[in-house]
Amino acid sequence: MSTLSISGLNVYFSTEDGPLHALKDVGFDVPERRIVGIVGESGCGKSTLINAILGLLADNGDIRSGEIVFEGMRDLTKLSARGMQDLRGLRISTVFQDPMGALNPVLSVGRQMTNIQYRSGQSHSEKVARAIEMLKLVRIPDAENALARYPHQFSGGMKQRIAIAMALMMEPALLIADEPTTALDATLEVTTIELLKDLQEKIGCSVLFISHHLGVIAELCDDVVVMYAGEVVERGTVRDVFQRPSHPYTRRLLECDPARQTQRTRVLPTIPGEIPDLRARPAGCVFAARCLDRHDGCDQHQPERSVSGGHAVRCNLVGSRQTQGEQA
Amino acid sequence: MRSVRRLLREPLGVFGLALVLLVIFGAIFADLLTSWDPTRINPRDRFLGPSTDHLLGTDQLGRDLFARVLHGGRIALYVALVSTAISLAIGIVLGLIAGYGPRWLDNLLILLFDAMKSFPTVMLALALVTITGPSLTAVIVVVILVNVPGYARIVRTQTIAIKTSEFVTAAQSMGASTTRILRVHIMPNVIGPLVILASMDIPVVIAIEAGMSFLGLGVRPPTPSWGSILNDGFGQIRETPWIAIAGGLPIIITTLGFTFLGETLRDVFDPRLKGR
Amino acid sequence: MLNYAIKRLGLSVAIVSLAMFLLFCMIYLVPGDPASVALGPRATDAMKEALRVKMGLDQPIWVQFMNFFMGAWTGDLGEEVLSGRPVLDVVFEQLPYTLVLIAGGISWSVALGIPLGCWAAIKRGSLADRMVGILSVAVIAVPSFVIAIYALLIFSVTLRWLPAIGAGEPGDVGDQLIHLILPSLAVGLGWVGYIARMVRASMLEVLEASHIRTARAFGLPDRTITYRYALTIAILPTITLLGVGIGQMLSSAVFAEIVFARPGVGKLVYDAILTRNFPVVTGAVLVTTVIFVLLNLIADLIVGALDPRVRSSF
Repeated sequence: MSTLSISGLNVYFSTEDGPLHALKDVGFDVPERRIVGIVGESGCGKSTLINAILGLLADNGDIRSGEIVFEGMRDLTKLSARGMQDLRGLRISTVFQDPMGALNPVLSVGRQMTNIQYRSGQSHSEKVARAIEMLKLVRIPDAENALARYPHQFSGGMKQRIAIAMALMMEPALLIADEPTTALDATLEVTTIELLKDLQEKIGCSVLFISHHLGVIAELCDDVVVMYAGEVVERGTVRDVFQRPSHPYTRRLLECDPARQTQRTRVLPTIPGEIPDLRARPAGCVFAARCLDRHDGCDQHQPERSVSGGHAVRCNLVGSRQTQGEQA
Repeated sequence: MRSVRRLLREPLGVFGLALVLLVIFGAIFADLLTSWDPTRINPRDRFLGPSTDHLLGTDQLGRDLFARVLHGGRIALYVALVSTAISLAIGIVLGLIAGYGPRWLDNLLILLFDAMKSFPTVMLALALVTITGPSLTAVIVVVILVNVPGYARIVRTQTIAIKTSEFVTAAQSMGASTTRILRVHIMPNVIGPLVILASMDIPVVIAIEAGMSFLGLGVRPPTPSWGSILNDGFGQIRETPWIAIAGGLPIIITTLGFTFLGETLRDVFDPRLKGR
Repeated sequence: MLNYAIKRLGLSVAIVSLAMFLLFCMIYLVPGDPASVALGPRATDAMKEALRVKMGLDQPIWVQFMNFFMGAWTGDLGEEVLSGRPVLDVVFEQLPYTLVLIAGGISWSVALGIPLGCWAAIKRGSLADRMVGILSVAVIAVPSFVIAIYALLIFSVTLRWLPAIGAGEPGDVGDQLIHLILPSLAVGLGWVGYIARMVRASMLEVLEASHIRTARAFGLPDRTITYRYALTIAILPTITLLGVGIGQMLSSAVFAEIVFARPGVGKLVYDAILTRNFPVVTGAVLVTTVIFVLLNLIADLIVGALDPRVRSSF
C-alpha cells in the first residue's frame, strides 16, 4: 500500500488572461517508508503540487480532475476543508523552504510546539515534555530552556531543525519537505539531510522531498519524479533515472548539474529557452520547444511509456533510442 | 486621460467628485442660487423653520440659512486654497533645504518638524488666537503650522532618494548647478505625490476652519462660516435644531466629498502613497 | 532595550524644549501686548505697566526666555491672573476629566476598530470589506465636533436616551459612565476608522507571511491562526498609531468638553480665553504638549516591549 498515490491530477488557476493549466495529468506514488524526490526547475509546479496535496491552493486554484489517495483510502481532493485540516500536522506534516520566516516571530518556540499538539488530548506538561524530547532529537542544545526563546534567537540551521522537530512531533505518515535545505549553506545542508534520513527511519514515515539539487536527491531519495512545466516527464527509482535517464529534459538537467561536470568550463551550462506559457499549453510534448531531439512525432499527445518496471517516461523516443544507452 | 477614465470607473471617486463639484458650484453661484443676503438681519423672521421661502430656515437674527451656507462655502474653499498653497510653498522650501542641505541643518529641521507636530492642533489654535484675536488670518496661520511639517518631510524624503540616484550624480559630474538640479531633476519628481497628499489634506483644512469658527476663534461675525452657523445652532439646539443641522451638513458633505475623491485619486495615480 | 529607551527619552526632551521655544516665540514675538490683552481695553497705562513688571515683560527678551524656559521645566507655569493660584495646580485639577474622556475614546476606537479591521481582512474583497473601508474613510473625514453635535442632537435631544451635559454626579460611577458615552464616542469615532484600516492592512500583510502558511500546514484551527498567530502581530503598529492618536484625541476632547459642557482642560482653556486668563492658556498648552510627547514615547516603548524582534535589536 502506498502512503500517497496521485493519479491524473489536473490543476487550473483562473487568471485575468484566462485559465492557467498549472498541473497536467500528474501521477506518481509515494510508497510506505520510502523517500520520493521531486526535481525540476523553478516554475515546474512543485509548489502547486504541495499546496494541492495539503488542500492549501489559493482561492483562484481549482483541482479539475484526478485523485490524491492518502493511505489507500481517503481521496484528499474530495475531503472537506475541515477533514483536510484534521489531517494536516497530524498525518501529513510539512517543512518549508524558508527557515527564517517559517516560525511565528512573536510566539515562543515552546508555545508554538505545544499549540500544534492541540489534538493530542495530553496535559500541558506532557506536551512540554514531548516538545523537549523532539528538540533533543534534532540536537538543539539546552532543549529545556530553548522552549522559552523566540525564533529570532536561533540560527537559520537551528530554526530549520526546530521546524523539522515540529513537523515530526505528531509522527505523521507523510512528511512533505519543500526544499528544506536550499536556504542553508553546504555543511548545514549535509547535516540536515542526515538528520532527516535518521528521523525518517526512526519514525517510519514516508517523505516527499522537493529539491532542485540533484546531488541531494541522489543522496537521500529512493525514487525520483522529474517535473517540467506542470507535468511528470520521467519517474522511477533514483538508480534507474540517474543511470539511464530516458527523457531529453532529464538528460539536460543532469548535464547541467555542477556536481557532474567532467570538463572544466567557464560558464555553467544551462538549458536554453523558457518554460512555455501555461495558459496555452502545446498539444504535444511540453518540452519540445527546448528539445534538441525534436522531430515530427513530438506534436502528438505524449502518454507515459514504460522503460522498465517502475521507470516511466513521457517521450516518444523511448524504445528507439533506448538501445543506445546514452549516458550523461 | 487613462487615469481620468479609471477615476470615473470608481463609484466612490465619482460620488466624491459629485459632492465636491456641488460645493464648488454652490460657492461660485451663491448670488444666483438665492436672493437672500447672508448677513442682513431680519428681526421679524427669527427662528423660522425650513420652508419653500427659506429652504433651510432662518437663524436667531432672521438671516436666511441657505444663503449663509452657500456663502460659508466661499470662506471654507478660500481658506483651503490659500492656506494649502502657502503650506506647500513653505513645505517645499524647507523640505529641499533639509534634503539637500548639510546634515546638521537636516537634523535641526527634523527636530523642528517633530516639535511643530507635537502641539495638539486645537491647543495651538487656542494659544495663537489668545494673542492675535480671532481672524481669518489666524485660521490660515494655524493650518500652515499644522500642514508644513508633513509636506516638508515628504519633500525631504523624496529629495534624499533622488539626490543619490544616478541621473542626479551624472548631472552633477557634468557641472550642473545646485539650483538647476533642484529645478530640473528634483522638483518634478516631488510635485506629484505632494499634490495628491495636499488634496487629501483639504478636508482637514476645512475642519480646522469650521472648528475654529465654531469656537469663535476664526471668522468674525457677521461673515458666514459653516462653523459659526453650527455655533449659532448649538446655542439653540433644543428649540430650533435645524440651525445646527444646516451648519453641520455642508461640513459633512465637503469633508466626505474631498476625502472620497482624494482616496480614489491616490489609488489611481500613486498607489505607493497608500497607507500613509 | 535600555539604550533604546534612553535615546527615545532624550529625543522627547529635545522636542519638548523646542516646543517651549516655539510657544515662547509665538507669545512674545507676535504683535500684541500680553499685558494689555490680559487687562482689557479699559485698563490704564499704569496698570498695564505694573502687570508688565509683574510678568517680567520689562526685562530683555533672552532673560524672559530663560525665566519662561526654566520655569516651565520646573513646573512653574506662572499664576492665574484672577485668583493668583499656580497655573499647574489649576491645569492638574482639570486634567483627570480630559484623560478619562480620552480613555473612553480609545476604548471605543479599539473595541470597534480592531474587530472591524480584522473582519475586513479575513473577508478581503467582499462587500463587507468594502463597506468597512468606506465607513472607515467616512468617520475619519467628518470632524469630531460635527459628530459631537449631531450625536447630542440625535441621542440626547431627540431620542432622550442619554444625558446631554456635565460629567455626572461625583462619586456615582454609573452616572459618570452614562455621561461619558456620547462625548467619548465623538472623541473616538474617527479613530475607529484609522484603527480599522491599520489593522486590516497589517493583518493582510501578516496573513501572507510564510509562518502563517506553516501554521496552516500544521492543521491549526483558523481561529487560532487568525487571533493568536496573526492578530498578535497585526496590532503592534496600531499601538504606535494610538500614541499619535491620543494627541489628536486631545484636540477632539476640547470640542467634546465644550459641546457636552464637561469639565476638563479644553473647557479650562476655552474659558480662559474668554476671560483673557493668559498664563492658563500657555500653561495648559505646555502640559498637553508634554503629555502628547510622553504618550508617543510610551507607545514606542510598549511596542519595544511587546515585539521581541524590536526588543533585542537595541
